[in-house]
Amino acid sequence: MRIVPFLLSSIATAALVIGLNTQLPLGGSKSPRLGYFLSPQQGFWQNAEATNQSYSENLNIKGIKSKVDVFIDERLVPHIYAENDLDAYYVQGFLHAKFRLWQMEFQTYVAGGRLSEILGEERLPIDRFFRRIGMVYGAEQTMERMNKDPLMKATVDAYADGVNAYIKTLKPEQIPFEYKLLDYQPEQWTPVKTYLFLMFMSYDLTARGATTDLKMTNTKNYLGYEAFEKLFPNIQDSLDPIIPKSTIFAKPSLNPIIPKDIDSIYLNKTNNSSEAIAPLIPNKNNGSNNWAVAGSKTASGKPILCNDPHLGLNLPSLWYEVQINTPTHNTYGASFPGSPAVIIGFNDSIAWGVTNATRDVIDYYDIKFKDSTMDEYWYNGEWKKATHRIETIKIKGKPNLEELIAVTNFGPVMYDRSFKNASTEGKYLAIKWTANTAGNGLQTFYQLNLAKNITDYQNAIDTWTCPGQNFVFASKSGDIAIKQQGAFIARWKRQGDFIMPGTDSSYDWQGIIPNNENPMIVNPARAFVSSANQMPTDSTYPYYLGAATNFPLFRGIIINRKLAVMNGITAKDMQQMQMDNYNVFAEMARPVLLKYIDEKLLNVNEQRYVSILKKWNLKQDIAEQGATIFNAIWDSLSQEVFQDDFQKAKQPISWPDEATLLQSLLRDSVYAFADNINTKNKVETIQDDILLAVKKAAAHLQQLEKADKLNWADVKDTRVNHLLKIPALSRLHVSIGGGKNCINATTDIHGPSWRMIVHLTDEIEAYGIYPGGQNGNPGSRFYDNFIDSWAAGIYYRLLFLSKQAAEKHEKIKWHITFING
Amino acid sequence: MKITTAIFLTGFLAFAIGLFTILPWWSFVFTSFVVAVAIHQKPILAFLAGFIGVLILWVLIAVIKDTANEHILSTKVAHLLPLGGSYWLLIFITGLIGGLVSGLAATAGCNLRKTS
Repeated sequence: MRIVPFLLSSIATAALVIGLNTQLPLGGSKSPRLGYFLSPQQGFWQNAEATNQSYSENLNIKGIKSKVDVFIDERLVPHIYAENDLDAYYVQGFLHAKFRLWQMEFQTYVAGGRLSEILGEERLPIDRFFRRIGMVYGAEQTMERMNKDPLMKATVDAYADGVNAYIKTLKPEQIPFEYKLLDYQPEQWTPVKTYLFLMFMSYDLTARGATTDLKMTNTKNYLGYEAFEKLFPNIQDSLDPIIPKSTIFAKPSLNPIIPKDIDSIYLNKTNNSSEAIAPLIPNKNNGSNNWAVAGSKTASGKPILCNDPHLGLNLPSLWYEVQINTPTHNTYGASFPGSPAVIIGFNDSIAWGVTNATRDVIDYYDIKFKDSTMDEYWYNGEWKKATHRIETIKIKGKPNLEELIAVTNFGPVMYDRSFKNASTEGKYLAIKWTANTAGNGLQTFYQLNLAKNITDYQNAIDTWTCPGQNFVFASKSGDIAIKQQGAFIARWKRQGDFIMPGTDSSYDWQGIIPNNENPMIVNPARAFVSSANQMPTDSTYPYYLGAATNFPLFRGIIINRKLAVMNGITAKDMQQMQMDNYNVFAEMARPVLLKYIDEKLLNVNEQRYVSILKKWNLKQDIAEQGATIFNAIWDSLSQEVFQDDFQKAKQPISWPDEATLLQSLLRDSVYAFADNINTKNKVETIQDDILLAVKKAAAHLQQLEKADKLNWADVKDTRVNHLLKIPALSRLHVSIGGGKNCINATTDIHGPSWRMIVHLTDEIEAYGIYPGGQNGNPGSRFYDNFIDSWAAGIYYRLLFLSKQAAEKHEKIKWHITFING
Repeated sequence: MKITTAIFLTGFLAFAIGLFTILPWWSFVFTSFVVAVAIHQKPILAFLAGFIGVLILWVLIAVIKDTANEHILSTKVAHLLPLGGSYWLLIFITGLIGGLVSGLAATAGCNLRKTS
């Protein structure tokens, strides 16, 4: 043996293997284990799915009672035919896992505060945030409650069994791409993960308040309550609510009592302030459109129901299409990977859809603890015991962190001395949120899947608590309806808009509004119902709805305006309407701008932009330059008006809504905030501000023009990001028009996440599309194959098939049989 | 032609042990080592046989997978790593990495025996 060369070459081999088998630092994250990742028999090459891959197979699995047939169509949508409901949910779990395993598990890692476990210490603040807001606690509460319902327990369990049956079939080289990239392994699915996922939806749709309540408190303290009321008023002049104006509401059964000291300690003189920022602030535009038109307005004489929920645009998509056919029901629609049943869809008899209610169901209470042990807190004149909850956060490559969360009668103490920042120093803020008290989980959707008529619909949504939704409904029998349903707090005006004192019960919630007092209309005279996240009612509704700034205003106006005059409606008309890019906000704001612009004071270039703005058709279509110019001028006007007033704020504050500025300009030409407080010898008028705004916007527009990027779609630059925000796995620069105030509410990273149109004719005519693909594997041709059609406004006719039809349908390409064994 | 036999055996055994995906990805280190012990050559030739054997194997499997996939995934990974989106470069680097590890293991195997 040649000892030295042998040792040297052995050591070199070992060193190379170790190097290639280690995750190395790469930017802010870590590289994959390169040798493993590139190994063609184990690494990512195994995820390169053949484009002519067959999905047909015969599976013998344990856990189902009878044979289940799944026919998969050319878009990779499965049509499940089972002989009982539990078998169907088992197979739905199996298919979700087969096509979306990494995503569904990752989403529960986010929701459950476990990202540090797979991504390392950098994610600890996000994990702690989600633990402390009560995500795990809330999921456990809901599961405990729903486990008492044998049917719901069996449903969620069957789904989990199906997911695990798939995981069991996975060979090491078959695990999804992202596990290999991040270097971890799939784990068993458990029912609590379904509830964790639903908690995440509640967070996304109702927890903006966890950030805005702090910011609003700061803003109120910074400006004083009077100025605050002007900038964040609770009246929207142009509101067109969900429930038509002049509807008479019954007398309220609850009359919340306003605390006596509200002026001194709540609205004016509180010193509560905080700049704690949520790591993932739910998007303000998390909204949606839905509407249903009665048969009297359609060409066929049958109702049409439409829904497009606006959410973050992600790959793999939040949605997964599925048809579930059992002896009890035959349902099609968009499902959540991570949860059984269809969430938005239709069955043989009815169709339903949802938009976010955006009501305020999350509040902070300022708790006074005896000492930093957080054992006792002052409440109603005595020291009360707090309970302590400990959650273990695992951290990749580091020891575990034991997170101690004190729990008061309001809820978990979100901010304390261990979780704080400069401005929450010394403050204990407990969070009270309808989501982390026990909800009804999936029960509502489960029942909607089976609903046959309007009574079933009402019973199904009656138990729904959080996140509050506008449930739209239409049936083959001709009924249409909409109801805003959820557990909504009976509030006194401004209750919960700011941090509230937590030392006594007078600021606590005094009751939940009874279901029969939630806003609802059935078969209204105007023959349509609609919602677009606007305030559900006018000010005659007897309960405080929460700060008006929570509610987008303009989409509701244009939807109702269009539906009011439409007749002889077809599904095609509805498709065009969902893709409509008309900006009703610009329609109201442009005349105000033009009124105050003195063109003599503009240079040639600025005049040219103003002239394009004048000629603009108010549509935010892909190639419209007027849309770019309008938005640039409005944004810089908002800066001109408010920047000086806010620049000295030391804490994060809320910026006034565009609707508020517009409303002020429409009401009054003398606007107090127009004056630039930094110029001592001059009082600026709104004319001065608009002139400056045009000049500043023009400078910016000129740069865009030089880069040949003045077209609206180029400026907006819509993208569909991979959940890990890796550009190579995302779809960038998607060419699509629209914007936040258009019915087609597509912004840069947000928009219609599932567009659905259901025409309730005898044989249902349904269309749908979402910006993604059925297969979550980035190596599949079905990963993002819907995106271009989605952007172009093309819809797929949804195949709603009987089993006999599915067996021989030309668009059915594959067949999986599940046999018990 | 000892080297041809060695290349073929290295590739074949690396493939065979690679079918046991429960084992680590670098398990072919042992087979390449054994081949170099069994078929004794000069160190440089042993290295080349080890290197080429696994390089060809890895490139071959990658190309087969990639062609069937119409470069969908390889193009994404070649942007991710980053290799400018070139799937050919990615395939080459894949082969190079497998080959280097195997070549070094073969060199160690060769050095286990006295020079002939």
